[in-house]
Amino acid sequence: MSSTGRSVGPNAPKRAAEPWVRADDPLLADAAREWKSAYVHIPFCAQRCPYCDFAIVDESEVGAGGHDTYIDAVIAEIALEPDFAPLDAVNFGGGTPSRIQPHQLGRVLGVLESRFGLAPGCEVSIEVNPEDWSNVFADGLVAAGFTRVSIGAQSFDETILGVLGRGHGTTLPGEVVTSARAAGFASVSVDLIYGHPSETTMSWDETVTTALELHVDHISTYALTVEPGTALSREVHSGAPRPDDDVQADRYEQFCEASAAAGFDRYEVSNHAKPGYACRYNLATWAHGEYLGFGMGAHDHRWGTRSRNHRRLDRYYSDISQGIRPRLGSETLSTAEQDRDAFMLGLRLGAGVLLSPFARQFLDSDEGSRYLDAGIIRVDAGRLVVNDPMLTDAVARESLSVSAGEC
Amino acid sequence: MDQSRIRNFSIIAHIDHGKSTLADRLLERTGAISQRDMKAQLLDDMELERERGITIKANAVRIDYTTSDGVDYELNIIDTPGHVDFSYEVSRSLEACEGALLLVDASQGVEAQTLANAYMAIEGGLEVVPVVNKIDLPAADPDGVAEELVGIIGGPTDEVVRVSAKSGVGIDELLKTIIETLPAPEGDLEAPLRALVFDSYYDIYRGVVALIRVVDGSVSEGDSIAFMANGVKLTADEIGVRRPAIERTGKLSAGEVGYLITGVKEIDLIRVGDTVTHSPHGASKALAGYAEPKPMVFSGLFPTDGDDFERLREALDKLRLNDSSLVYSAETSRALGFGFRVGFLGLLHMEIVRERLEREYDLDLVATAPSVQYLANLTDGSAVTVQSPQDLPESALVASIEEPYVKVMIITPAEYIGTVMELVQNKRGEMGEMNYLSTERVELHYLMPLSEIVFDFFDLLKSRTRGYASLDYEPDVYRVSELVRVDILLNNQSVDAFSTVVHKDKAYAYGRAMVKKLRELIPRQLFDVPIQAAIGSRIISRETVKAKRKDVTAKCYGGDITRKRKLLERQKEGKKRMKMVGSVEVPQEAFVAALRIGDE
Repeated sequence: MSSTGRSVGPNAPKRAAEPWVRADDPLLADAAREWKSAYVHIPFCAQRCPYCDFAIVDESEVGAGGHDTYIDAVIAEIALEPDFAPLDAVNFGGGTPSRIQPHQLGRVLGVLESRFGLAPGCEVSIEVNPEDWSNVFADGLVAAGFTRVSIGAQSFDETILGVLGRGHGTTLPGEVVTSARAAGFASVSVDLIYGHPSETTMSWDETVTTALELHVDHISTYALTVEPGTALSREVHSGAPRPDDDVQADRYEQFCEASAAAGFDRYEVSNHAKPGYACRYNLATWAHGEYLGFGMGAHDHRWGTRSRNHRRLDRYYSDISQGIRPRLGSETLSTAEQDRDAFMLGLRLGAGVLLSPFARQFLDSDEGSRYLDAGIIRVDAGRLVVNDPMLTDAVARESLSVSAGEC
Repeated sequence: MDQSRIRNFSIIAHIDHGKSTLADRLLERTGAISQRDMKAQLLDDMELERERGITIKANAVRIDYTTSDGVDYELNIIDTPGHVDFSYEVSRSLEACEGALLLVDASQGVEAQTLANAYMAIEGGLEVVPVVNKIDLPAADPDGVAEELVGIIGGPTDEVVRVSAKSGVGIDELLKTIIETLPAPEGDLEAPLRALVFDSYYDIYRGVVALIRVVDGSVSEGDSIAFMANGVKLTADEIGVRRPAIERTGKLSAGEVGYLITGVKEIDLIRVGDTVTHSPHGASKALAGYAEPKPMVFSGLFPTDGDDFERLREALDKLRLNDSSLVYSAETSRALGFGFRVGFLGLLHMEIVRERLEREYDLDLVATAPSVQYLANLTDGSAVTVQSPQDLPESALVASIEEPYVKVMIITPAEYIGTVMELVQNKRGEMGEMNYLSTERVELHYLMPLSEIVFDFFDLLKSRTRGYASLDYEPDVYRVSELVRVDILLNNQSVDAFSTVVHKDKAYAYGRAMVKKLRELIPRQLFDVPIQAAIGSRIISRETVKAKRKDVTAKCYGGDITRKRKLLERQKEGKKRMKMVGSVEVPQEAFVAALRIGDE
């Protein structure tokens, strides 16, 4: 895949994000701390997938109406946000953002732009469901200003798509990739889910190979997780097999090997990209950057405060109609607590974290030296890096015993 | 009160057979306590006692009772624990009485514990009144149970009193029987003072409070008194009775039961079983006391956080103020650090002490599997006692090992005789006598190694007999057995806290079951953790806890970092209850895994 065109126009890469920069380059990770992003949550889904516990609105239960009302509410919410910096990345996630017509999405983007401004080379990304896609839809998104698309392919095995409750078949995602390229998206990604008990090494191999043959710029691979309250969780509790950690670790390694051979770098636990194509919004989230969050159930992070919006649509609307921020809650962190968060989040990055006082304190602790001795983490050019991304939470958990504020 | 109008009695009953409820009902019926102040089970003071519905400490309450023809009586109920671990307390209580109520649940029948205590009462020359309780339960068989009772203590079945302590049915008749059947005390009022200390407890405001039964003479506040066994001389500061609230009377005379406060703070100065007399002009001969209770089960208690060692010592010191049967000495474990080897009367006692330490003193403890006290005869002719398997000398130095045996009594429905016999045989028990209590229920006697009982015997007995069998035991002799120590190695390092002494014929099966259980209990770590069982240098079993491969969340919904951090914090909190043994994280329950391997 050629990266021609990425150095001109609105999609010009910013600072370290030149086309030749590896996605896991430490300079990129450090730059990402300073990026300002915005997340827009589109909660609508044609139906809820059995493994999903996100804040969504199931259209099969409430009907497909109400999209315009929702967009109006999000726009009203943006107006309530205090001033921010020009945005380096915008991400429309869900739910299923592709349930909304491009011109409506474009209205939100336009308001973000007029309210905060879009920095040169701003990455504007959207998650899409292959079934919602068409060439007209693609052109509409590009015209609205979207530069990146993330396609929910999940698997290229019919059986797995069936058990995951996905109806788009195995060929549609490829067609979406081609169409997105033709429409002019600068960056194209596919999402995959691995580790369902029905999956086999061969079927996963097939999915990985197919995904790589699509010559996309970015691939996200998520381990299927049994979240409480989901249909999957109910199945497991009534005796269905549970995804196996060891098998998932095998699948992950299998993917990492194949994708590395195809030129992808793992820049975050679940995200892999070719040089120049790290997802900025993703990178900024884990690099402890600030981001605004709009829409039902959205989260944001600015000024050392993390807030979350109502996860119920009626509450969200009710607050908006009264002209108040639709907050469900928030927490304000001390500088020391923010340092701890920066460490905990940065562990997920391929580039690792800078050796902050907090990181040094952890390295000096019994837990830290144990992990160092076991080869699970390493110190490399002034950074602490997790060697085995599959054990990132184990490291993060241990780091909690270094109490925030001790350093 | 004239001695002829005093009745002192205990209530002997199995756990759950309604002893405390009956005591409550008697108190209520005699007006000792108004309905309004009635908390269920007044006699059980301790939080744990109420919670578990068991009595741990003895207790004494005086009630006044006026018969229908207007005669006043003074009744002293001396409550007793109902569990095998605390039978020594029962024996104390019985010494202070002339009679006992043998209380049996009409739906359960006589249990081993009750029978053992009833025999103790009869041997002690007490008059025993058989009482069948819970006669209004649907499953009650008052006639059948009355037959059993008569089989044990003799007498006609129509003398068995039938009550429902819960509803109050039969309580008046029981009070009448107590007055008519139980003998009055016959002490010598004119003789020098002799009073038996049958229990004591520590009160932070009053110091040591002794519960006494005056046998001869009388004692008044201000009297100079002496404790005959240890010669300590003190002044009687306060004298009174419990109703159950404390009531100062200033004096107690022959036949009466009450409390005595001397201002002493050291519980060791006032020993249970000692005789109080006057000084000077005291009695020449003390009353028969009791043997000190001997700890039968030993376990290591270690604070999870090494810094809590001193707090654990202080907590044990405080608990001992009210529990002189508790013995302990500092112990060091390579795996668990500094802690205490603690001796207990039995498994329930162990459980209760541990729970109180954790609950009342806010300690987080690791307990090792219980062990008995072994006697190792060494090749050089000397002998050492071993309370902790890790202290067993090297096998080359040991000529033989002796272990404590106990006399076991099991009462079971006849249909389970085969099951019980098989279980006991499997636990190295030797059959003794067998008596039919009725056509359906049998009393079985065995001689068994105590070590087999302190593991899982009681649970197995209960589960194999669907809860119907009951058990009582008392110490017997030490005997030579072919014992070996099985060590457990974690990550190739022997972990002293896991060492266990078992019979050589069972060592292999034990080792295999233990490593299997540990593999289930020990969470996956950063590296493979081999778990091995060994006798000396010979490895008899091996399992491996495979290294953890995956410990990461796939994604973080919408940037919800707060939720992610809280989840990690919760998980971290859960890990706090782990103990680092070398470089391996071991959950606390692993240290008592031996108790849970069952029949595997």
